[in-house]
Amino acid sequence: MSPLKIKKGSTSHSAYDLRPTFSDKEERHTLAVLVENEPGVLSRVIGLFAGRGYNIDSLTVAEVDHLGHRSRITIVTSGTPQIIVQIKAQLGRIVDVHKVNDLTVEGPSVERELALFKVQGTGEHRIEAIRLADIFRASVVDSTLESFVFEITGTSEKIDAFAELMQPLGLTEIARTGVAALARGSVA
Amino acid sequence: MTKTMTGAKMVVQALIDQGVDTVFGYPGGAVLPIYDEIFQQNSIKHVLVRHEQGAVHAAEGYARSTGKPGVALVTSGPGATNAVTGLTDALMDSIPIIVLTGQVPTFMIGSDAFQECDTVGITRPCTKHNWLVKETDKLSSVLHEAFHIATSGRPGPVVIDIPKDVQFATGKYTEARQVETHYNPQVKGDMEMITELAEAMETAKRPVFYTGGGVINSGPAASQLLRELVAETGFPITSTLMGLGCYPASGDNWLGMLGMHGLYEANMAMHDCDLMINIGARFDDRITGRLDAFSPGSTKAHIDIDASSINKVIKVDIPILGDVAHVLEDLLNVWKSRGRKTNKEAVQKWWGQINEWRKVDCLKFEQKGKVIKPQYALSRLQELTKNHDRYICTEVGQHQMWAAQYLDFEDPNRWMTSGGLGTMGYGFPASIGVQMGHPDALVINVAGEASWLMNMQELGTAMQYKLPVKQFILNNERLGMVRQWQELLHGERYSSSWSESLPDFVKLAEAFGAKGIICSDPDDLDDAIMEMLNHDGPVLFDCLVEKHENCFPMIPSGKPHNEMLLGENADTANAIKSDGAVMV
Repeated sequence: MSPLKIKKGSTSHSAYDLRPTFSDKEERHTLAVLVENEPGVLSRVIGLFAGRGYNIDSLTVAEVDHLGHRSRITIVTSGTPQIIVQIKAQLGRIVDVHKVNDLTVEGPSVERELALFKVQGTGEHRIEAIRLADIFRASVVDSTLESFVFEITGTSEKIDAFAELMQPLGLTEIARTGVAALARGSVA
Repeated sequence: MTKTMTGAKMVVQALIDQGVDTVFGYPGGAVLPIYDEIFQQNSIKHVLVRHEQGAVHAAEGYARSTGKPGVALVTSGPGATNAVTGLTDALMDSIPIIVLTGQVPTFMIGSDAFQECDTVGITRPCTKHNWLVKETDKLSSVLHEAFHIATSGRPGPVVIDIPKDVQFATGKYTEARQVETHYNPQVKGDMEMITELAEAMETAKRPVFYTGGGVINSGPAASQLLRELVAETGFPITSTLMGLGCYPASGDNWLGMLGMHGLYEANMAMHDCDLMINIGARFDDRITGRLDAFSPGSTKAHIDIDASSINKVIKVDIPILGDVAHVLEDLLNVWKSRGRKTNKEAVQKWWGQINEWRKVDCLKFEQKGKVIKPQYALSRLQELTKNHDRYICTEVGQHQMWAAQYLDFEDPNRWMTSGGLGTMGYGFPASIGVQMGHPDALVINVAGEASWLMNMQELGTAMQYKLPVKQFILNNERLGMVRQWQELLHGERYSSSWSESLPDFVKLAEAFGAKGIICSDPDDLDDAIMEMLNHDGPVLFDCLVEKHENCFPMIPSGKPHNEMLLGENADTANAIKSDGAVMV
């Protein structure tokens, strides 16, 4: 459309990728947000998502640098590329936010989640549950004659798959931590 | 040497250190220690408003007209909740204000104490940043940081919530220069992008500058640089409501305001341009109209200090993140060093087209008969005040749009209006703030009778501090803009959109000890306005105007720029289709 023939394409020299080519397809992104560990900072972040109608698929937060007074919030969100760019810009606007990294686009990263599963059953179901747990490298952290509590670590997809298999074997309760993620390689 | 003092004293000390001369406020139990300190000093003038909303709008008016941050001081609970509208208003329009709220003592927080509310929780989404200060030792550094955050980057409101025991306790006072902050937004634009914009300006055939409140927030240098850029390039320039005054209305290249009630030539230029240079505006929905038909053939550049404004609603081709003044300075330098080139022939042709649009004369009106047309009232106000050192505030509604259309602004910081939030009741307290900042200037609040009544209690403030603010009320006994939309959209069913049981404004003024003037005859209007201007004190001017006048031109919601409704012969029936009707 542009009559001036200005070249299109993204810029790599801006704080944010300000000139993306947008599509309408929803994407899932994992964002790592380094924040000042102040009272209310989590509320600012989730208030932004609630107030502007963005999705939170998963949220993890904990202090990561006690002396530096920093917490890391890992958010898994989904939206069109334009929304994702907007979410990052809006997060960057929060005064208590030091850094926003989009682990999904900024090179390879690892994502892990921890989950606890309570499975009740006896007989064949019980044996099948512990056999599957072994395959998934889940460990037993509590046991009674009629139940197990398994601990499993892995990607969200792996935990979803484990939950699906446990369902018919007496799964009664799940607790998940949400995603923690880091970029691969030596650069912090 | 470290100074120690009480928290209450720190508040006053920090305000003095930050150069504050005026505080707008209202006392209450949780701020009594601070009020006690204010009583014992003479550096800061405290203006007692009549409602906390008024304090915040007054601080906004002060900030917009002086370029300095405004300060308001209110008590806990209802004091804080009454401030919320003003805070949201300031957030939407990027106005730097610091609001200090009292809070119940730390040991009572969370106990549902008398006049307790979760102030930081309530104000979190309507401030740029806020703090609850629980230790007196940290209070002064928070105060200093608050000024920094409110005024740097994209400006905005901040709240500091101070529990009463923190005000009483003694702690160390930190000087402003000792405060460290990590908040330092980028002000310099990317040179590669700026060069790209300069290139685009050299070849553009139909360029237009689309400027906004960011130019004014960036400071007087930004307006100066903008004027130079317009003069050098010869490109046409339009502005949003918030940007009026950044380029003089008397300037040759001025197209007038754009947007829903903007001028025909400005909106047509936006629609047909091939290069749109957005400087400190944010593609608000009042500006864009229907998004998929917004300026379909143009390359768009956008200069903004806030990354989240870029590509939010309109995709742009040349994004430049930075402060307007810094970017314009670099842009001018780059463009000049490349030989000051423009496509003169094409731009001249473009002006030919624009002048054709200008001939439509979209603001023309006919003053006939014995009823004052609101447009006539404002034209006369413009004529009779244009040579004054003049500041204009407005409320929200038809009168606001007419004021934007019929009053001319030659300089920045002369126009105070609630743009983003559209707060009825903004203008009167704002005019008080403006007059405090400019004691000798002519300050006029153009109002509608319904808006004005929303914060009419501030007439007491104007009287107490002898602030000669002129309240120019265009009284149509209607909620005019609501009525207009009901005419266009709801089959002329005027549900609750008329003002019944209105007061006698002259008597109302007199009840406060102010001067009231009523005028209903166009032949008397000039004399009445002169009487208002010549009176040394607050004036309530009740200008009875045509009751069913609609505000034109108008881009009906859901329509693009080139489908404007013009003048009184416009076909307003079914002007807004169902897809546009859901929009506001």
